[in-house]
Amino acid sequence: MSVPLTLLGLLERAPSHGYDLKRDYDTFFGRGKQLPFGQVYATLGRLARDGKVAAGEAEPGDGPDRRRYIITDTGRGEVDAWLADPVEPEPHLQTVLFAKVTLALMLGKPAETYLDTQRAAHFRRMQELTELKRTGPLVDVLLADHALFHLEADLRWIDLTSARLTELAEAVRK
Amino acid sequence: MTTLIEARGVVKNFGQTPALRGASMTVRQGEILAVMGPSGSGKSTLLHCLAGIFPADSGEVAFQGQSLTTMSEADRTKLRRTAFGFVFQFGQLVPELTAADNVALPLLLNRTKRKVAYKTADTWLDKIGIGDKGGRRTGELSGGEAQRVAVARALAMAPKVIFADEPTGSLDSLTGEKVMDLLTGLAREQGTTVVLVTHDARIAAYAERVATVRDGVVFSVDLPQTAAKPAAAKPDVAPAAAVKGAD
Repeated sequence: MSVPLTLLGLLERAPSHGYDLKRDYDTFFGRGKQLPFGQVYATLGRLARDGKVAAGEAEPGDGPDRRRYIITDTGRGEVDAWLADPVEPEPHLQTVLFAKVTLALMLGKPAETYLDTQRAAHFRRMQELTELKRTGPLVDVLLADHALFHLEADLRWIDLTSARLTELAEAVRK
Repeated sequence: MTTLIEARGVVKNFGQTPALRGASMTVRQGEILAVMGPSGSGKSTLLHCLAGIFPADSGEVAFQGQSLTTMSEADRTKLRRTAFGFVFQFGQLVPELTAADNVALPLLLNRTKRKVAYKTADTWLDKIGIGDKGGRRTGELSGGEAQRVAVARALAMAPKVIFADEPTGSLDSLTGEKVMDLLTGLAREQGTTVVLVTHDARIAAYAERVATVRDGVVFSVDLPQTAAKPAAAKPDVAPAAAVKGAD
Protein backbone atom coordinates (compact mmCIF):
# COMPACT_ATOMS: atom_id res chain seq x y z
CA MET A 1 0.00 0.00 0.00
CA SER A 2 1.51 3.32 -1.07
CA VAL A 3 0.41 5.97 1.42
CA PRO A 4 1.46 9.02 -0.71
CA LEU A 5 -0.33 7.75 -3.81
CA THR A 6 -3.40 6.74 -1.85
CA LEU A 7 -3.60 10.19 -0.22
CA LEU A 8 -3.12 11.79 -3.64
CA GLY A 9 -5.96 9.65 -4.97
CA LEU A 10 -8.21 10.78 -2.13
CA LEU A 11 -7.31 14.39 -2.90
CA GLU A 12 -8.23 13.88 -6.53
CA ARG A 13 -11.73 13.08 -5.30
CA ALA A 14 -11.98 16.46 -3.54
CA PRO A 15 -9.69 19.01 -1.84
CA SER A 16 -9.38 18.14 1.83
CA HIS A 17 -7.86 18.96 5.20
CA GLY A 18 -5.25 16.64 6.66
CA TYR A 19 -7.62 15.50 9.38
CA ASP A 20 -10.32 14.51 6.89
CA LEU A 21 -7.78 12.78 4.67
CA LYS A 22 -6.58 10.68 7.60
CA ARG A 23 -10.17 9.78 8.50
CA ASP A 24 -10.94 8.70 4.91
CA TYR A 25 -7.71 6.75 4.64
CA ASP A 26 -8.42 4.90 7.90
CA THR A 27 -12.00 4.16 6.81
CA PHE A 28 -11.19 2.78 3.37
CA PHE A 29 -7.63 1.54 3.57
CA GLY A 30 -6.59 1.32 7.23
CA ARG A 31 -8.11 -2.12 7.91
CA GLY A 32 -7.48 -1.83 11.60
CA LYS A 33 -4.15 -0.02 11.30
CA GLN A 34 -4.63 3.71 11.58
CA LEU A 35 -2.40 6.16 9.78
CA PRO A 36 -0.56 8.37 12.32
CA PHE A 37 -1.30 12.09 12.02
CA GLY A 38 2.43 12.76 11.85
CA GLN A 39 2.76 10.57 8.77
CA VAL A 40 -0.20 12.30 7.10
CA TYR A 41 1.27 15.78 7.54
CA ALA A 42 4.80 14.69 6.68
CA THR A 43 3.51 13.03 3.49
CA LEU A 44 1.44 16.08 2.56
CA GLY A 45 4.53 18.25 3.13
CA ARG A 46 6.58 16.12 0.74
CA LEU A 47 3.79 16.06 -1.85
CA ALA A 48 3.59 19.88 -1.63
CA ARG A 49 7.37 20.18 -1.93
CA ASP A 50 7.27 18.00 -5.06
CA GLY A 51 4.46 20.05 -6.60
CA LYS A 52 1.91 17.25 -6.47
CA VAL A 53 -0.42 19.11 -4.10
CA ALA A 54 -0.92 22.78 -3.29
CA ALA A 55 -1.51 23.84 0.31
CA GLY A 56 -4.04 26.62 0.95
CA GLU A 57 -3.69 29.36 3.52
CA ALA A 58 -3.79 28.35 7.18
CA GLU A 59 -7.34 28.58 8.46
CA PRO A 60 -8.34 29.53 12.01
CA GLY A 61 -9.34 26.64 14.27
CA ASP A 62 -8.04 23.92 16.55
CA GLY A 63 -5.52 21.33 15.48
CA PRO A 64 -2.00 21.32 14.18
CA ASP A 65 -2.70 22.20 10.56
CA ARG A 66 -5.87 23.77 9.21
CA ARG A 67 -4.90 23.93 5.55
CA ARG A 68 -6.85 22.57 2.66
CA TYR A 69 -4.80 20.56 0.21
CA ILE A 70 -5.57 20.52 -3.50
CA ILE A 71 -4.12 18.08 -5.99
CA THR A 72 -2.14 19.66 -8.85
CA ASP A 73 -2.01 18.52 -12.49
CA THR A 74 1.33 16.86 -11.72
CA GLY A 75 -0.27 14.98 -8.84
CA ARG A 76 -3.26 13.99 -10.96
CA GLY A 77 -0.93 12.65 -13.65
CA GLU A 78 0.91 10.59 -11.05
CA VAL A 79 -2.31 9.05 -9.77
CA ASP A 80 -3.43 8.20 -13.31
CA ALA A 81 -0.11 6.55 -14.10
CA TRP A 82 -0.19 4.59 -10.84
CA LEU A 83 -3.72 3.33 -11.40
CA ALA A 84 -2.93 2.23 -14.95
CA ASP A 85 0.26 0.43 -13.99
CA PRO A 86 -0.34 -3.26 -13.09
CA VAL A 87 0.80 -4.34 -9.64
CA GLU A 88 3.92 -6.47 -9.59
CA PRO A 89 2.75 -10.11 -9.36
CA GLU A 90 4.42 -10.87 -6.07
CA PRO A 91 4.96 -14.44 -4.93
CA HIS A 92 3.45 -14.03 -1.48
CA LEU A 93 4.60 -16.97 0.53
CA GLN A 94 6.71 -18.85 -1.96
CA THR A 95 9.83 -16.93 -1.09
CA VAL A 96 9.58 -18.00 2.54
CA LEU A 97 7.97 -21.40 2.10
CA PHE A 98 10.14 -22.32 -0.87
CA ALA A 99 13.19 -21.63 1.28
CA LYS A 100 11.78 -23.75 4.11
CA VAL A 101 10.84 -26.65 1.83
CA THR A 102 14.15 -26.59 0.02
CA LEU A 103 16.11 -26.42 3.24
CA ALA A 104 13.97 -29.21 4.78
CA LEU A 105 14.67 -31.45 1.80
CA MET A 106 18.37 -30.64 1.91
CA LEU A 107 18.45 -31.52 5.61
CA GLY A 108 16.24 -34.62 5.26
CA LYS A 109 13.50 -33.07 7.40
CA PRO A 110 9.75 -33.64 6.83
CA ALA A 111 8.96 -31.10 4.12
CA GLU A 112 5.58 -32.70 3.49
CA THR A 113 4.54 -32.11 7.09
CA TYR A 114 5.54 -28.46 6.84
CA LEU A 115 3.43 -28.15 3.71
CA ASP A 116 0.48 -29.86 5.42
CA THR A 117 0.77 -27.47 8.35
CA GLN A 118 0.89 -24.53 5.99
CA ARG A 119 -2.10 -25.88 4.08
CA ALA A 120 -4.08 -26.22 7.32
CA ALA A 121 -3.22 -22.66 8.33
CA HIS A 122 -4.24 -21.41 4.91
CA PHE A 123 -7.50 -23.28 5.06
CA ARG A 124 -8.34 -21.93 8.52
CA ARG A 125 -7.73 -18.42 7.22
CA MET A 126 -9.99 -19.15 4.25
CA GLN A 127 -12.73 -20.26 6.64
CA GLU A 128 -12.33 -17.03 8.65
CA LEU A 129 -12.46 -14.91 5.50
CA THR A 130 -15.52 -16.77 4.23
CA GLU A 131 -17.25 -16.07 7.54
CA LEU A 132 -16.20 -12.43 7.30
CA LYS A 133 -17.77 -12.24 3.85
CA ARG A 134 -21.02 -13.58 5.25
CA THR A 135 -21.29 -10.91 7.91
CA GLY A 136 -19.19 -7.97 6.72
CA PRO A 137 -19.87 -4.90 4.57
CA LEU A 138 -19.14 -4.98 0.83
CA VAL A 139 -15.72 -3.33 1.21
CA ASP A 140 -14.65 -6.17 3.50
CA VAL A 141 -16.16 -8.71 1.12
CA LEU A 142 -14.02 -7.38 -1.74
CA LEU A 143 -10.87 -7.44 0.37
CA ALA A 144 -11.70 -10.94 1.61
CA ASP A 145 -12.23 -12.08 -2.00
CA HIS A 146 -8.80 -10.77 -2.92
CA ALA A 147 -7.20 -12.61 -0.01
CA LEU A 148 -9.16 -15.79 -0.74
CA PHE A 149 -8.05 -15.93 -4.36
CA HIS A 150 -4.42 -15.45 -3.30
CA LEU A 151 -4.72 -18.12 -0.63
CA GLU A 152 -6.29 -20.46 -3.17
CA ALA A 153 -3.37 -19.85 -5.52
CA ASP A 154 -0.97 -20.58 -2.67
CA LEU A 155 -2.85 -23.80 -1.92
CA ARG A 156 -2.48 -24.91 -5.52
CA TRP A 157 1.22 -24.17 -5.32
CA ILE A 158 1.43 -26.16 -2.08
CA ASP A 159 -0.39 -29.12 -3.69
CA LEU A 160 1.83 -29.05 -6.75
CA THR A 161 4.96 -28.74 -4.63
CA SER A 162 3.76 -31.68 -2.50
CA ALA A 163 3.36 -33.74 -5.65
CA ARG A 164 6.88 -32.79 -6.75
CA LEU A 165 8.65 -33.35 -3.44
CA THR A 166 10.45 -36.53 -4.47
CA GLU A 167 11.68 -34.91 -7.67
CA LEU A 168 12.58 -31.74 -5.78
CA ALA A 169 14.48 -33.70 -3.12
CA GLU A 170 16.59 -35.32 -5.83
CA ALA A 171 17.29 -31.93 -7.38
CA VAL A 172 18.34 -30.19 -4.15
CA ARG A 173 20.41 -33.09 -2.84
CA LYS A 174 22.56 -33.33 -5.96
CA MET B 1 -21.65 -33.55 18.66
CA THR B 2 -23.84 -36.54 17.76
CA THR B 3 -22.78 -38.80 14.91
CA LEU B 4 -25.36 -38.76 12.13
CA ILE B 5 -23.65 -40.94 9.52
CA GLU B 6 -20.79 -43.34 9.94
CA ALA B 7 -18.89 -45.14 7.17
CA ARG B 8 -16.64 -48.03 8.18
CA GLY B 9 -14.24 -49.60 5.72
CA VAL B 10 -16.45 -48.96 2.70
CA VAL B 11 -15.29 -50.70 -0.48
CA LYS B 12 -16.90 -49.97 -3.83
CA ASN B 13 -15.76 -51.24 -7.23
CA PHE B 14 -17.09 -50.48 -10.66
CA GLY B 15 -16.27 -53.65 -12.54
CA GLN B 16 -12.54 -54.14 -12.14
CA THR B 17 -12.00 -50.51 -11.18
CA PRO B 18 -11.81 -49.79 -7.45
CA ALA B 19 -13.46 -46.49 -6.47
CA LEU B 20 -13.38 -46.82 -2.67
CA ARG B 21 -10.85 -49.01 -0.89
CA GLY B 22 -11.92 -49.03 2.73
CA ALA B 23 -13.20 -45.51 3.35
CA SER B 24 -14.04 -44.65 6.95
CA MET B 25 -15.42 -41.40 8.32
CA THR B 26 -18.17 -39.85 10.40
CA VAL B 27 -20.58 -37.02 9.70
CA ARG B 28 -21.79 -35.11 12.74
CA GLN B 29 -25.32 -33.88 13.18
CA GLY B 30 -25.81 -30.27 12.12
CA GLU B 31 -22.36 -29.77 10.61
CA ILE B 32 -21.33 -28.69 7.14
CA LEU B 33 -18.70 -31.14 5.96
CA ALA B 34 -16.78 -30.79 2.72
CA VAL B 35 -15.33 -33.82 0.94
CA MET B 36 -12.31 -32.86 -1.14
CA GLY B 37 -9.95 -34.75 -3.36
CA PRO B 38 -8.58 -34.78 -6.89
CA SER B 39 -10.52 -36.09 -9.89
CA GLY B 40 -11.02 -39.83 -9.65
CA SER B 41 -10.18 -39.97 -5.94
CA GLY B 42 -13.57 -41.46 -5.08
CA LYS B 43 -15.16 -38.43 -3.40
CA SER B 44 -18.40 -38.56 -5.41
CA THR B 45 -18.64 -42.33 -4.97
CA LEU B 46 -18.20 -41.81 -1.23
CA LEU B 47 -21.06 -39.29 -1.21
CA HIS B 48 -23.28 -41.71 -3.14
CA CYS B 49 -22.44 -44.49 -0.67
CA LEU B 50 -23.11 -42.24 2.34
CA ALA B 51 -26.49 -41.38 0.80
CA GLY B 52 -27.35 -45.03 0.14
CA ILE B 53 -27.51 -44.47 -3.62
CA PHE B 54 -24.66 -46.91 -4.21
CA PRO B 55 -24.64 -49.98 -1.97
CA ALA B 56 -21.17 -50.72 -0.61
CA ASP B 57 -19.52 -53.93 -1.85
CA SER B 58 -18.19 -54.40 1.66
CA GLY B 59 -17.92 -52.33 4.80
CA GLU B 60 -20.84 -50.46 6.28
CA VAL B 61 -22.65 -47.14 6.22
CA ALA B 62 -24.95 -46.33 9.13
CA PHE B 63 -27.41 -43.44 9.35
CA GLN B 64 -28.47 -42.61 12.92
CA GLY B 65 -27.09 -45.99 13.93
CA GLN B 66 -29.17 -47.84 11.34
CA SER B 67 -27.18 -49.80 8.76
CA LEU B 68 -27.91 -48.84 5.15
CA THR B 69 -26.01 -51.93 4.06
CA THR B 70 -28.53 -54.37 5.49
CA MET B 71 -31.57 -52.18 4.78
CA SER B 72 -33.92 -53.25 1.96
CA GLU B 73 -33.85 -51.21 -1.24
CA ALA B 74 -37.42 -50.08 -0.54
CA ASP B 75 -36.45 -48.78 2.91
CA ARG B 76 -33.36 -47.05 1.51
CA THR B 77 -35.51 -45.37 -1.13
CA LYS B 78 -37.92 -44.20 1.55
CA LEU B 79 -35.05 -42.87 3.63
CA ARG B 80 -33.63 -40.96 0.65
CA ARG B 81 -37.08 -39.50 -0.02
CA THR B 82 -37.81 -38.42 3.54
CA ALA B 83 -34.52 -37.77 5.32
CA PHE B 84 -32.08 -36.85 2.55
CA GLY B 85 -31.99 -33.93 0.14
CA PHE B 86 -29.78 -33.73 -2.94
CA VAL B 87 -28.17 -30.92 -4.92
CA PHE B 88 -26.12 -31.97 -7.94
CA GLN B 89 -23.84 -30.04 -10.26
CA PHE B 90 -26.48 -29.62 -12.94
CA GLY B 91 -29.49 -29.35 -10.65
CA GLN B 92 -31.23 -32.48 -11.98
CA LEU B 93 -34.45 -30.52 -12.18
CA VAL B 94 -37.27 -31.50 -14.55
CA PRO B 95 -36.92 -28.81 -17.24
CA GLU B 96 -40.49 -29.16 -18.52
CA LEU B 97 -41.92 -28.41 -15.07
CA THR B 98 -42.07 -25.01 -13.42
CA ALA B 99 -39.84 -24.01 -10.53
CA ALA B 100 -42.79 -24.43 -8.13
CA ASP B 101 -43.57 -27.89 -9.58
CA ASN B 102 -39.96 -28.97 -9.09
CA VAL B 103 -39.88 -27.88 -5.46
CA ALA B 104 -43.31 -29.36 -4.75
CA LEU B 105 -42.54 -32.67 -6.51
CA PRO B 106 -40.73 -34.50 -3.68
CA LEU B 107 -43.43 -33.36 -1.26
CA LEU B 108 -46.14 -34.70 -3.57
CA LEU B 109 -44.24 -37.98 -3.95
CA ASN B 110 -44.25 -38.15 -0.18
CA ARG B 111 -48.05 -37.78 -0.21
CA THR B 112 -48.19 -34.22 1.06
CA LYS B 113 -51.49 -32.60 0.09
CA ARG B 114 -51.20 -30.66 -3.17
CA LYS B 115 -52.21 -27.32 -1.63
CA VAL B 116 -49.72 -27.70 1.22
CA ALA B 117 -46.95 -28.84 -1.15
CA TYR B 118 -47.35 -25.80 -3.40
CA LYS B 119 -47.63 -23.42 -0.45
CA THR B 120 -44.38 -24.87 0.92
CA ALA B 121 -42.78 -24.55 -2.52
CA ASP B 122 -43.82 -20.89 -2.74
CA THR B 123 -42.40 -20.20 0.72
CA TRP B 124 -39.05 -21.72 -0.26
CA LEU B 125 -38.93 -19.94 -3.60
CA ASP B 126 -39.47 -16.69 -1.69
CA LYS B 127 -36.67 -17.60 0.71
CA ILE B 128 -34.24 -18.16 -2.13
CA GLY B 129 -35.21 -14.88 -3.74
CA ILE B 130 -37.05 -16.08 -6.84
CA GLY B 131 -40.61 -16.09 -5.55
CA ASP B 132 -41.66 -14.25 -8.71
CA LYS B 133 -40.41 -17.05 -10.95
CA GLY B 134 -42.36 -19.97 -9.50
CA GLY B 135 -44.40 -20.26 -12.69
CA ARG B 136 -41.38 -20.35 -15.01
CA ARG B 137 -40.16 -23.64 -16.44
CA THR B 138 -36.77 -24.46 -14.96
CA GLY B 139 -35.38 -24.96 -18.46
CA GLU B 140 -35.93 -21.22 -18.97
CA LEU B 141 -34.06 -20.18 -15.81
CA SER B 142 -30.40 -19.18 -15.62
CA GLY B 143 -27.90 -21.69 -14.21
CA GLY B 144 -27.77 -19.84 -10.89
CA GLU B 145 -31.54 -19.61 -10.59
CA ALA B 146 -31.95 -23.29 -11.45
CA GLN B 147 -29.38 -24.23 -8.83
CA ARG B 148 -31.21 -22.13 -6.25
CA VAL B 149 -34.40 -24.03 -7.13
CA ALA B 150 -32.44 -27.25 -6.54
CA VAL B 151 -31.43 -25.93 -3.10
CA ALA B 152 -35.06 -25.04 -2.33
CA ARG B 153 -36.19 -28.49 -3.51
CA ALA B 154 -33.64 -30.15 -1.25
CA LEU B 155 -34.61 -28.08 1.80
CA ALA B 156 -38.40 -28.13 1.28
CA MET B 157 -38.60 -31.69 2.58
CA ALA B 158 -36.92 -30.58 5.84
CA PRO B 159 -34.33 -33.34 5.43
CA LYS B 160 -31.88 -34.40 8.11
CA VAL B 161 -28.99 -34.12 5.67
CA ILE B 162 -28.33 -32.60 2.27
CA PHE B 163 -25.83 -34.24 -0.07
CA ALA B 164 -24.39 -31.73 -2.52
CA ASP B 165 -22.11 -32.95 -5.30
CA GLU B 166 -20.15 -30.05 -6.84
CA PRO B 167 -23.20 -27.77 -6.43
CA THR B 168 -21.37 -24.78 -7.88
CA GLY B 169 -19.33 -26.67 -10.48
CA SER B 170 -21.23 -25.25 -13.43
CA LEU B 171 -21.57 -21.70 -12.11
CA ASP B 172 -19.36 -18.60 -12.29
CA SER B 173 -17.66 -17.46 -9.06
CA LEU B 174 -20.20 -14.87 -7.96
CA THR B 175 -23.26 -17.01 -8.75
CA GLY B 176 -21.62 -19.99 -7.09
CA GLU B 177 -20.97 -17.92 -4.00
CA LYS B 178 -24.61 -16.84 -3.84
CA VAL B 179 -25.74 -20.46 -4.10
CA MET B 180 -23.32 -21.46 -1.33
CA ASP B 181 -24.48 -18.56 0.88
CA LEU B 182 -28.05 -19.76 0.44
CA LEU B 183 -27.32 -23.44 0.91
CA THR B 184 -25.15 -23.05 4.01
CA GLY B 185 -27.17 -20.15 5.47
CA LEU B 186 -30.50 -21.93 5.18
CA ALA B 187 -29.06 -25.27 6.28
CA ARG B 188 -27.64 -23.66 9.44
CA GLU B 189 -30.95 -21.92 10.05
CA GLN B 190 -32.80 -25.25 9.76
CA GLY B 191 -30.14 -27.26 11.61
CA THR B 192 -29.67 -29.42 8.52
CA THR B 193 -26.43 -31.34 8.04
CA VAL B 194 -24.67 -30.80 4.70
CA VAL B 195 -22.19 -33.14 3.04
CA LEU B 196 -20.59 -31.23 0.23
CA VAL B 197 -18.31 -32.69 -2.45
CA THR B 198 -16.04 -30.14 -4.06
CA HIS B 199 -12.60 -29.77 -5.58
CA ASP B 200 -12.65 -26.02 -4.92
CA ALA B 201 -10.95 -24.82 -1.71
CA ARG B 202 -12.96 -21.60 -1.67
CA ILE B 203 -16.20 -23.62 -1.64
CA ALA B 204 -14.84 -26.04 0.97
CA ALA B 205 -14.08 -23.01 3.17
CA TYR B 206 -17.83 -22.72 3.82
CA ALA B 207 -17.60 -26.02 5.69
CA GLU B 208 -16.64 -26.53 9.31
CA ARG B 209 -14.65 -29.69 8.55
CA VAL B 210 -13.05 -31.17 5.48
CA ALA B 211 -12.66 -34.86 4.65
CA THR B 212 -9.85 -35.47 2.20
CA VAL B 213 -10.15 -38.47 -0.11
CA ARG B 214 -7.16 -39.91 -1.97
CA ASP B 215 -7.17 -43.11 -4.00
CA GLY B 216 -10.45 -44.31 -2.52
CA VAL B 217 -9.47 -43.79 1.11
CA VAL B 218 -10.38 -40.99 3.54
CA PHE B 219 -6.98 -39.69 4.62
CA SER B 220 -8.16 -37.17 7.14
CA VAL B 221 -11.24 -35.47 8.45
CA ASP B 222 -10.77 -31.91 9.53
CA LEU B 223 -8.37 -29.99 7.35
CA PRO B 224 -7.05 -30.76 3.86
CA GLN B 225 -4.00 -32.99 3.85
CA THR B 226 -1.62 -34.35 1.29
CA ALA B 227 -1.39 -38.01 0.40
CA ALA B 228 0.42 -39.18 3.48
CA LYS B 229 -0.38 -42.48 5.15
CA PRO B 230 -4.07 -43.42 5.28
CA ALA B 231 -5.77 -42.81 8.62
CA ALA B 232 -8.16 -45.73 8.16
CA ALA B 233 -7.86 -46.79 11.77
CA LYS B 234 -8.19 -43.23 13.04
CA PRO B 235 -10.34 -41.23 10.60
CA ASP B 236 -10.85 -38.17 12.78
CA VAL B 237 -7.26 -37.04 13.13
CA ALA B 238 -6.49 -33.94 15.18
CA PRO B 239 -6.24 -30.68 13.26
CA ALA B 240 -2.77 -29.67 12.23
CA ALA B 241 -1.37 -26.79 14.19
CA ALA B 242 -1.82 -23.39 12.61
CA VAL B 243 1.22 -21.53 11.45
CA LYS B 244 1.71 -17.93 12.40
CA GLY B 245 1.65 -15.44 9.55
CA ALA B 246 0.16 -17.91 7.13
CA ASP B 247 -1.92 -15.25 5.45
